[in-house]
Amino acid sequence: MSTEIKAPTFPESVADGTVATWHKQPGEQVARDELIVDIETDKVVLEVVAPDDGVVEEIIKNEGDVVLSGEVIGKFKAGATGSSAKATESKPESSSEKATADESGVASSDIIMSPAAKKLVEENGLNPKDVNATGKDGRLTKEDVVNHLESKKSVAQSAPAEKTAQASEPVPAANIPQGERAEKRVPMTRLRASIARRLLDASQSTAMLTTFNEVNMKPLMELRKQYKDLFEKTHNGTKLGFMSLFVKAAAEALKRFPAVNASIDGDDIVYHGYQDIGVAVSTEKGLVVPILRDADMMSLATIEGTIKQFGQKAKDGKLTIEEMTGGTFTISNGGVFGSLMSTPILNPPQTAILGMHKIQERPMAVNGEVVILPMMYLALSYDHRMIDGKEAVQFLVTIKELIEDPARILLEI
Amino acid sequence: MSNKYDVIVIGAGPGGYVAAIRCAQLGLKTACVEKWTSDAGKQVLGGTCLNVGCIPSKALLESSHKFEEAKHELDQHGIQVENPAIDVAKMMERKDTIVKNLTGGIASLFKANGVTSIQGTGRLLAGKQVEVTDTKGDTTVYEADNVILATGSKPVEIPPAPITEGYIVDSTGALEFDEVPKRLGVIGAGVIGLELGSVWARLGSEVTVIEAQDTFLSLVDQQIAKEALKQFKKQGLDIKLKAMVTGTDIKRGLINVSYKDSKGAQELKVDKLIVGVGRSPVTDGLLAPDSGVNLDERGFIFVDEHCQTDVPGIYAVGDVVRGPMLAHKGMEEGVMAAERIAGQKTQVNYECVPGVIYTHPEIAWVGQSEEQLKADGVDYNVGICPFAANGRAMAANNTAGMVKVLADSKTDRVLGVHIIGQNASELITQAVIAMEFGSSAEDLGLTMFAHPTLSETFHEAALAVGGHAIHIANKKKRK
Repeated sequence: MSTEIKAPTFPESVADGTVATWHKQPGEQVARDELIVDIETDKVVLEVVAPDDGVVEEIIKNEGDVVLSGEVIGKFKAGATGSSAKATESKPESSSEKATADESGVASSDIIMSPAAKKLVEENGLNPKDVNATGKDGRLTKEDVVNHLESKKSVAQSAPAEKTAQASEPVPAANIPQGERAEKRVPMTRLRASIARRLLDASQSTAMLTTFNEVNMKPLMELRKQYKDLFEKTHNGTKLGFMSLFVKAAAEALKRFPAVNASIDGDDIVYHGYQDIGVAVSTEKGLVVPILRDADMMSLATIEGTIKQFGQKAKDGKLTIEEMTGGTFTISNGGVFGSLMSTPILNPPQTAILGMHKIQERPMAVNGEVVILPMMYLALSYDHRMIDGKEAVQFLVTIKELIEDPARILLEI
Repeated sequence: MSNKYDVIVIGAGPGGYVAAIRCAQLGLKTACVEKWTSDAGKQVLGGTCLNVGCIPSKALLESSHKFEEAKHELDQHGIQVENPAIDVAKMMERKDTIVKNLTGGIASLFKANGVTSIQGTGRLLAGKQVEVTDTKGDTTVYEADNVILATGSKPVEIPPAPITEGYIVDSTGALEFDEVPKRLGVIGAGVIGLELGSVWARLGSEVTVIEAQDTFLSLVDQQIAKEALKQFKKQGLDIKLKAMVTGTDIKRGLINVSYKDSKGAQELKVDKLIVGVGRSPVTDGLLAPDSGVNLDERGFIFVDEHCQTDVPGIYAVGDVVRGPMLAHKGMEEGVMAAERIAGQKTQVNYECVPGVIYTHPEIAWVGQSEEQLKADGVDYNVGICPFAANGRAMAANNTAGMVKVLADSKTDRVLGVHIIGQNASELITQAVIAMEFGSSAEDLGLTMFAHPTLSETFHEAALAVGGHAIHIANKKKRK
């Protein structure tokens, strides 16, 4: 059964981390508690160990990728058997064998190579043990050697200062030099720097606090279950998700509480007569917020379709600046990553942001009885300079009521 | 006899009987329910494949091919044959004997492995119970720890050409004509339509194939499909593309087929009409509303990549679930389901499922076509070798066709192999094995192939990927 390998929960004030080294490759056997991958953050390198005996099934975030707290970075299959770790043993072994290694002599007894792989290994003076083997049962394929040679080339180009790189010794494809208390210095990407600046600005120049509530998702889930097929069929394959309904509920609530839809411009408060709702999308490079213009006038199908398009564009890095500026409200969903509760940070110059979270079944008291309901915590972070506590709470309660009784969105009550 | 089993399999076609045998081999108390009953009231095992599909069609293809050779090709070898004639009844008798041998064979395998055969129509109830209705109408409820659904598929009927005994038939009827139809219409230029059309064309029918799509064999690599179309046209099959049948009318022993093509409304008169437009999964009456098993949006039983349905312990395999409707896919899924029930972690590699069309020349493929690679934006190299360059093919007077190998341009990993030619169905397995082990084109080039064999064409095509085939002039790399 496949489970997800997740980045660990980061310590407070750590926004994200970088995947430093995968110690195990897909198809490789791991024992319980064995180290699988290192995630590097500003403060510390966190280790992720195998939850069980099994096999790393898939790597979703590669070395050098930025990951958020708890983000899925790979897939793990417990109980499976995979290839043994011969081919990715770290440096200490290879450096001791360097002096005496006769490539073909050492290799042929241990590792099975396809004819072309064998040829390439010999022509390039490689030690097959250093090449990551992904073939059936640990066989080395030509593809493996080709990939190894390419990564060797890029490591040699990008890290000339590595002490251990010597002419004849094969260099494994790790990005961080091994050794005691190693460090890796990587300049922030511009996007990362800009995100950092705005987050700091939001928390320093606003009186931000968060109010919470919880919503029973059962009515919405029933609605979706009942109509999802018809929806998909009628709307040319667009799937009915929860986001569109939350957007609609938010748009309706924003109409009733204009302060939540407003922004601060210098000493003025600007009340917007339209609802441009931004939907936060997580990409490998960071969080981006494309805007749904006039969300209150969009149909559910249009909202779903547009969000899907934004997601794809964000993944391809093709979102334009226009698409990301000027929103009046933002919705962020940490639930897809497993967040149960959080305090989202405002997206200036907006004055409020709604945080959606994971839907989790909980025992709830309904009419004096205990009922198991799928619940979601909602968080509304808001700028207290602009919005009073009462308005913020009631806004959030309105969203809750609309979601728990979707007919109210239609009836605008 | 207790009514409780470790596994109950519903359906004794290739998916079902293989699953049942594997379960029994793994020590599970297994029963297999099959509803197919002969006219004499005896249970018939083997499903569509053995009885009215793969096996009988191959038997007729073989017989008709021999007839074709006798009529048109033996004289090239210096063999004089006077006016060969075809005894359709005898041909059918041979086919029936083969089918009987194989279905009897399954019954013996069941006995040898300890699988209990249950005759009747199976229905899945809640709680993994299986209700079986026998030929008399009596029902018995069996309990199972696990269930494997393998009820297969049935031919699709279309309203403009309803099945009419003696005139408009599906694939089952097409395997049972008692004489060679003078004029034969075939609706659908898919695998089934082409194979059955070929059989009767070789035996002397004037065959017209009406296909609604505008591309021929759209799921096959198009270079191969074009060559196939050329070959079939040469054999006398009149293949009309972008033609949609709008109605049929039976008058005075003839079928008037009305169809619409790019030029407008057309009419065709035939003696028999085969409807081969596709097959749909068999689920009618199979699932009680509270069984817990669900169908997907296309009517197949919904399963994950290990053929598990929404209910743990209930699996579904073969034509009744997603994926290519091929007997070998059903068989391997049956094995996977059986082994999973026994706690093993078996998987089916859906990337390496071979497809075959048993016409002459045969067509076979595994992996991605050029069109699929282009659509995915994958950079690839091509290597092609025609059978015309192969000595063995020349010796057999069968030089039509080619082998095409597609490999990743960076890693040289073989991504797809496409063959049209004699014995393609056998040759393709070499490619399947190679791809299962992540072979590169160079690996195949470094492997020794026996000479003289048709397989060498595969070897040469692999060498051609790298531009150094020996027995053909190497083309400049094209993109």
